[in-house]
Amino acid sequence: MRLSRSAKVILGVVTAVVFLFIYLPLLLVVVNSFNADRTFGWPPQGFTLEWWGRALDSTGVREAVVSSLWVALVSTIISLVLGTLLALALLRYKFFGRDVISLLVILPIALPGIVTGIALNNMFTTILGVSLSMWTVVIAHATFCMVTVFNNVIARLRRMHGGLEEASADLGAGVFTTFRLVTFPQLRSALLAGGLLAFALSFDEIIVTTFTIGAGDTTLPIWILQNLFRPNQAPVVNVVAVVLIIVSIVPIWLAQRLSEDSVGIGATRVKVTEG
Amino acid sequence: MTLQTQHPVPGAPPAAAAVPRPKAHRFSARLHRSPNLRLAGLVTAPAGWLVLVYVAALAALLITAFWTVDTFTGKVSTVWTTDNLVTVLTDPVYQRITLRTLWIAIAVTLIDLVLALPMAFFIAKVAGPRWQKLLVVAVLMPLWASYLVKAYAWRNVLADGGLLEWLGAPIGLESPGYGETAVILTLAYIWLPFMILPIYAGFDRVPDSLLEASGDLGAKPLTTMRLVMFPLLVPSIIAGTIFTFSLSLGDYITAQIVGGTTQMLGTVVYANVGAANNLPFAAAVSLVPIAIITLYLFIVRRSGALNSL
Repeated sequence: MRLSRSAKVILGVVTAVVFLFIYLPLLLVVVNSFNADRTFGWPPQGFTLEWWGRALDSTGVREAVVSSLWVALVSTIISLVLGTLLALALLRYKFFGRDVISLLVILPIALPGIVTGIALNNMFTTILGVSLSMWTVVIAHATFCMVTVFNNVIARLRRMHGGLEEASADLGAGVFTTFRLVTFPQLRSALLAGGLLAFALSFDEIIVTTFTIGAGDTTLPIWILQNLFRPNQAPVVNVVAVVLIIVSIVPIWLAQRLSEDSVGIGATRVKVTEG
Repeated sequence: MTLQTQHPVPGAPPAAAAVPRPKAHRFSARLHRSPNLRLAGLVTAPAGWLVLVYVAALAALLITAFWTVDTFTGKVSTVWTTDNLVTVLTDPVYQRITLRTLWIAIAVTLIDLVLALPMAFFIAKVAGPRWQKLLVVAVLMPLWASYLVKAYAWRNVLADGGLLEWLGAPIGLESPGYGETAVILTLAYIWLPFMILPIYAGFDRVPDSLLEASGDLGAKPLTTMRLVMFPLLVPSIIAGTIFTFSLSLGDYITAQIVGGTTQMLGTVVYANVGAANNLPFAAAVSLVPIAIITLYLFIVRRSGALNSL
């Protein structure tokens, strides 16, 4: 099939326009965080750093950042442990229920976020009678972040040579020594990539969070949602939105440099959580 | 080899491990002898977590849909009833909301399909190898940007005196304002990368030699696309539609941010968890998108799309 020159040009132009459609709205948020006009009409009327200053001064924003970091960090640690264990079990052993478990680990991100959210909310409040707090958010986040670590570790394990571990055992190293000195060093970059993705995923998650967070608590996305409809907070919301874009994109960029299979096509389903 | 040079002395230094060593040794030896014990050690925590937290929660959701709320105390009472489900399915208000949600999800899917097809084709088959890599990353990046921020960005774009109005003014286009159209546009925007990536992967898998053979045998580009490429691409397209369709069905944040008074199924679920405090009813409503998605997956199952997710 040979495409004519004009067909190629047309396709290229369409692609460029769609990319513009993808990036323009995000750029607008960035530009507006420096826009001197409070109503954010277009085009911008002038440049200011006032909103960034006000965002830095706001205690509400600072507290929300701290909670978001804490939630993301704890859920990442939990999912690192659980995801690694699960990947080792599923790849190295054949056992009854193996297929079911490999489906289960994807389920929290394959179902729309609202289903995961209300299921966990109902479980905590109606069935267990636990009051919602930051810890219920962590439990929810760890449940769907596990899959990013799992995906990364299992992809690495598939490429790893089992012979090294056998050699280690033959030379007299125990199970734990072999893991520490042979398996872990080979997994390290996959763990880092999976952990970064889990962190980014947790940091900006909104839907499951709204269903599992306590009444007095705020994460950064919750703060945005609460202040979105207050006109006098609009400038600060823009700044927080920019921070959220940066904090979610930088880890992804790093993860991609660390591990080729981390943010590829398979990762699209990881991001399904956002729904 | 490398191992030897990296770790000349395997194991911990003897001084540090003098006391606990024998015990740890025996345990490690038992683990070494018994694969079942090793497996149990690996699988118990994660599988237990998934079953206790997630499977239990989904099961409980299904059960709760058949419970009621005590009108006096506002607490969930475990009296069995099918009233919730009957209301969701027969009340015209909820029927309308279900149809609207379905329509929004279908419209979003179609828009994304139209935008993604030429773009994915360009990236996979026209762009050079260096550009290809760069463009894939350019699609991936915004995929990971916060969903909330993207919806918020569109609130800015669509605002009175906003970017869209300014862009549209010369050609006489107006911003649709906040409402159903805004929800469709914004959702199409948010889920677009989820459509582009599987379709791109699908195009990428079609061997060039196949297309050349078709051309050599006299087929024009459009014929090759229709008869060679499209049939091979169907699973990828369906994979993309699963994402856009099911993610749109469950949405409520976008509806809240740019939808004005537009209500979707998610809006009803959220309102009943929060303000109306009727979890059993919310559970019943949430079963509707689950049922629709399951049905959709069931229909497309035979196309092989589920394997290319």
